[in-house]
Amino acid sequence: MSTLGRVPLIRIAYGRSGDKGDTVNIGIAARREEYFPILEQQVTAERVKSHFGAMVRGEVQRFELPNLWAINFLLHGALDGGGTVSLMLDGLGKTWAYALLRMEVEIPE
Amino acid sequence: MSERIVRVACGQGFWGDRPEAPLEQVTRGPVDYVVMDYLAEVTMSILQKARSRDPAQGYARDFIPVLRSILPVCVESGIRVLCNAGGVNLEACRDAALETARGLGLTGRVRVGTVHGDDILARLPSLIEAGHEMRNLDTGAPLADIVDRIQSANAYIGAAPLVALLQQGATVVVAGRSTDTALTYAPVAFEFGWSPEDVDRYAAGVVAGHLIECGAQVSGGNTMVDWESVPDMANVGHPIIEARADGSFVVTKHPGTGGRISRQTVTEQLLYEIGDPRSYITPDCVADFTTIDLSEAGPDAVRISGVRGRPRTDSLKVSIAYTDGWKSTGTLVYGWPNAVAKAGAADGILRERLDRAGLELDAIRTEFVGWNATHAALTDHAAENVPEVTLRVSVRGHDRDAVAAFGMQVQAMVLSGPPGVTGFGGGRPKVQEVVAYWPALIDRTQVEPFLRLEVADA
Repeated sequence: MSTLGRVPLIRIAYGRSGDKGDTVNIGIAARREEYFPILEQQVTAERVKSHFGAMVRGEVQRFELPNLWAINFLLHGALDGGGTVSLMLDGLGKTWAYALLRMEVEIPE
Repeated sequence: MSERIVRVACGQGFWGDRPEAPLEQVTRGPVDYVVMDYLAEVTMSILQKARSRDPAQGYARDFIPVLRSILPVCVESGIRVLCNAGGVNLEACRDAALETARGLGLTGRVRVGTVHGDDILARLPSLIEAGHEMRNLDTGAPLADIVDRIQSANAYIGAAPLVALLQQGATVVVAGRSTDTALTYAPVAFEFGWSPEDVDRYAAGVVAGHLIECGAQVSGGNTMVDWESVPDMANVGHPIIEARADGSFVVTKHPGTGGRISRQTVTEQLLYEIGDPRSYITPDCVADFTTIDLSEAGPDAVRISGVRGRPRTDSLKVSIAYTDGWKSTGTLVYGWPNAVAKAGAADGILRERLDRAGLELDAIRTEFVGWNATHAALTDHAAENVPEVTLRVSVRGHDRDAVAAFGMQVQAMVLSGPPGVTGFGGGRPKVQEVVAYWPALIDRTQVEPFLRLEVADA
């Protein structure tokens, strides 16, 4: 595949994250419809799991919303117990969408 | 004849939201209903504790000054109010609302409706006895494991009792643990006379509720796309749903307010705190977010149509809070040079002292705020270049004395650790009780028949 280069996801996508107990949800959406296939093909559950490494103890689930050019991820075991149990500064996962958007993707020509 | 539109405005997206927003919603343009969400997952336990100290407490007290600010306009314009401010003391909240109405000279012009029965705390022992295990949805453990430490237990209730109260003429509806979304779609379902079997329209209502339940978070707040250019955020307009009988709706805000509503702001909020988008489960239906059709319908107006749903499940979600030990967080600020190195050394010294003291703690966590607290190992900024940092150390344990002793060790670091330390003016770290959350399901037949409606006139 010839590519235009490697860019951080934040250049082609945006998103929002939040918590459900010890699980973080990160929804990301393509900034333009033609970028959605890049998300679909390259931002796999496996890649997200390895991107976060030790920050996520459990599994990563991925759900597609092609109508919104978006993908939702559930990252289990990520918030030190979550809610008021968590000792994390960001125990509600609010900044995690940006953390995922650090990931690099290849832009096809 | 133009198509009929029902306008539902979000007044408060959480307990702590901008206090002026409800009055702006009812004065800056036409609305039919204003809805306010006050309850987060552990709020009920906080309210339960407040009520145990004082029987007149246990509801979201901030609702009363808000109600005072909007009630004269609402009465004049026929705008009705729905909220879940009742918490665990609906009677006290209702009485305060009635008193507010009378104080405003609105005697005889306000009817407050309350829905009781979501609070199942007192019924838990008999429910467990009858075989309702209420296993933790995350861990699978049965509720019996923690039954002696439970602070609050509430079933999430849907639109039916709210619709019934509107039918009975309530002008202010006060619920306890109503779902956030039902506050929005109950008035729409009531106005258009939707049948509960009409799951697609209800699902559309759920999407509408999800979009406005977090207030300005759909109208420019927290938006990632071009946040710097969102206009006039100081004057941000809270969102409004313009619903149509067919289930389609437009999310918008009053003209002349700040903020932004666009395809992107709406998409961000649709993705907020969802799980499987095909199964957004509510007490009234299961909404499928993959069927949502978005289109821009003008400046600061996005149309949603095509939403499909499936019939409701046999269960209701139960939100249970229980005490689970103690925690404490201490912070110290380290300045230039080598701020992160000094903070790291202080952390090492602190941990060694905690070890030597033999404190029984379940967990210790160290974060360097200003360097890696939010993105941890993904941080790519060189530690040497951080000019100052806040060392944040937190502990959790089941021995309150051990958690308190940790706080003394943090404070001692001020004179017995690395140099350049400041920011300790707040004193010794406080000990907080951990109130943990236990999500579970219960057969809806164990809750719905016990719901009870009341209407009282001011």
